[in-house]
Amino acid sequence: MPVKTCLVCQGTGCVSAGAGQIHAAIREEITRLDLGENVYVKRTGCHGFCQQGPLVVIEPEGIFYTRVKVADVTDIAQSFLPQGQLVERLFYRAPDSGKPISHHQDIAFYSKQQRTVLKNCGYIDPEEINDYIVVGGYDALRKVLLEMSSEQVISEVKRSGLRGLGGAGFPTGQKWEACRKASLEFREQRTGDREKTHLSSLISHLSPLTSDLSPLTSHLSTFVICNADEGDPGAFQDRSVLEGDPHSVLEGLIIAGYAVGAKQGYIYVRAEYPLAVKRLQIAISQAREKGFLGKNILGKNFDFDIEIFQGAGAFVCGEETALIMSIEGKRGMPKFRPPYPAESGLWGKPTLLNNVKTFANIRWLINRGADWFASRGTEKSKGTAIFSLTGKIANCGLIEVPMGITLREIIFVLGGGIPDGKTFKAVQTGGPSGGCLPSSLLDTPIDFDSLTAAGSMMGSGGMVVLDEDTCMVDMARYFLDFTQKESCGKCVPCRTGTKQMLGILEKITGGLAESNDLIKLQELAEMIQKTALCGLGKTATNPVLTTIKYFYDEYESHIKNKKCPAGVCKALITYEILSDKCNGCHLCFKSCPSEAIKGEPKKAHSIIYEKCIKCGICFTLCKFAAVEISHPDGHCDKFRGSQKLR
Amino acid sequence: MNIFSSYSGKRAKVIPILQKVQLDFGYLPEDAMKKVAEFCGITESEVFGIASFYTQFRFVPLGKKQIAVCRGTACHVKGAPRILGELEKVLGIKEGETTRDLEYTLSSVACIGCCGLAPCITINKDVHGRLTPNVAAGLLSRKKQQITNSE
Repeated sequence: MPVKTCLVCQGTGCVSAGAGQIHAAIREEITRLDLGENVYVKRTGCHGFCQQGPLVVIEPEGIFYTRVKVADVTDIAQSFLPQGQLVERLFYRAPDSGKPISHHQDIAFYSKQQRTVLKNCGYIDPEEINDYIVVGGYDALRKVLLEMSSEQVISEVKRSGLRGLGGAGFPTGQKWEACRKASLEFREQRTGDREKTHLSSLISHLSPLTSDLSPLTSHLSTFVICNADEGDPGAFQDRSVLEGDPHSVLEGLIIAGYAVGAKQGYIYVRAEYPLAVKRLQIAISQAREKGFLGKNILGKNFDFDIEIFQGAGAFVCGEETALIMSIEGKRGMPKFRPPYPAESGLWGKPTLLNNVKTFANIRWLINRGADWFASRGTEKSKGTAIFSLTGKIANCGLIEVPMGITLREIIFVLGGGIPDGKTFKAVQTGGPSGGCLPSSLLDTPIDFDSLTAAGSMMGSGGMVVLDEDTCMVDMARYFLDFTQKESCGKCVPCRTGTKQMLGILEKITGGLAESNDLIKLQELAEMIQKTALCGLGKTATNPVLTTIKYFYDEYESHIKNKKCPAGVCKALITYEILSDKCNGCHLCFKSCPSEAIKGEPKKAHSIIYEKCIKCGICFTLCKFAAVEISHPDGHCDKFRGSQKLR
Repeated sequence: MNIFSSYSGKRAKVIPILQKVQLDFGYLPEDAMKKVAEFCGITESEVFGIASFYTQFRFVPLGKKQIAVCRGTACHVKGAPRILGELEKVLGIKEGETTRDLEYTLSSVACIGCCGLAPCITINKDVHGRLTPNVAAGLLSRKKQQITNSE
């Protein structure tokens, strides 16, 4: 039995930085040094700290190597020799002090987390079912099938206080109960209808609804769907769970099937996540081999199987009714609710829809009990929340924290604060459906209700930190541009309203807005919020409304003074070369895409404003800080019209 | 039509079938969509309606190298628009277009979920992260060299 385990992260982030080659090289080197007896080299799912990848972790000590390259592999392998030394140059360095930290349990990014759903991500081999079973995998399924009735499972889920982690926070147990009730009613009704079978079989080929039913599923009366259509820009937790611990999602799905009385489950996963799809396929076939899926599971006369459905790239399909339309093979447009899918969902049958993280929580809840689950978190939001912490922050990555933690703790302790000595401006949660919260709200505890009260939402768990260089008006424009493009076009408020709002925002960022535009924008936003058909439209206005509420002065500055304080909106800024700082290195001259810089080498350069497209390349490239953004006071007129607004 | 052999001819299978067609052909040829309509028992306009709704489907052939620039929030604040601009300049095409020699297709994607590596792009599903406009353009020339070398 090997004494040490060398874990090599194989999440999408690390793989893109070469983790595949590193894994192979470490194995080779360990074999070459004849250490195979002592060291077990293992591929794992995402560790969450993607920014520092590729990651290599040595257990049981918890030694944490960051940004590993193939060239470092020899030294890592040597460290396993009796006289071996740890490779200090690969240690993580604290963003404030630069002090090297050798063990992951000492890094604030990890030590403040409460990893439950993500516990196995980064520790087990996601392509190996035995690895999952060793850490207690499928124990919950065994417990449920052997010891509990469907009602008991549902009451346990209800008692735990688990709420849907897809964003809206609807109580999970209540959803399951409603679905089970509908499922039982549906079955009773069908038994009653049996006498009419002869007649219905005669007309079935005439009815378009019944002829739509796939022959494989028409006999089924209830479905369970896992929503893995993670479309929010800036969120990647569903992907990481599917890639790092796919069996935990399958286990939750099977238990849900047992509880509501379904025999068929679907996982609706984005086609943009090829690795997640591949690992799910492997996991499903392994679970079938072991008898956790298929007929007569664990000899308890319970049949359940799972099919993967790959989404074809429509953001709106994250909305449950649109997702169902998509599985039915139609344009993914939402339907009016009620009836809710729990009563009438896929092919008109009762359907239970939950998010990846909700399903991944189920095994913990069953194994450790509802009381344990409810003991964590806040009064109304139990358990943990998973966020993708990104943007202008020192430690980017995936974190799982107890509900009730403050934004300040996440950003400044776990996240290590804002890099490059910049100041914090806002934090955006909940993706295009959420809002931007300013520094005055940093002490807001994180749970479903307080985020909603602040005008944002938990959403799918994206958390993007913005610093002083971010323009809030541009941010609102960016999100609206996204939702406007993704609007399915079914209802007028969303289709036309968001387009109008985007137009006004483009006027503002283009420096062409008048003072009443802001009032129009606000009125439109409130109207859309009240009248749009589905969640996409209803929440699309959140980024605009919160930025107006918390960053009113920035809007004012764009509209009245025609200035972009952050220096982002191109129509409102110019670049200038400071002649006293420019030493004529000629770099900007060579890189300018529109030949808008003149000057001889070793002499101060200058910008030809008529040609400048304000791409900012000179600003980024200049090593002597000689290029400056200036706000032309009222002189911006001559640049107007020639600018692209984005 | 061997694509159809592994599917039942029901409308519920339209999207998976179209995905398979696109995987084999690189895009959805008109004739193929007509065949899919016939096979699934729905009208041609319905198939086109479904295909045009989802951004994954394309009606024109794609280049050999498919570049997708991530426009996610994290990438946006870290300079994705400038990377897209640079790639447009280097390739001489706009977002959503394909070079005339069918070598490159440039597109943008809402989010590839590699926000920790922002800004990033994918070239034929390989993710390249922590980019600057110059490095992104450099990736292309390296790919270009690889292509010429292999030919």
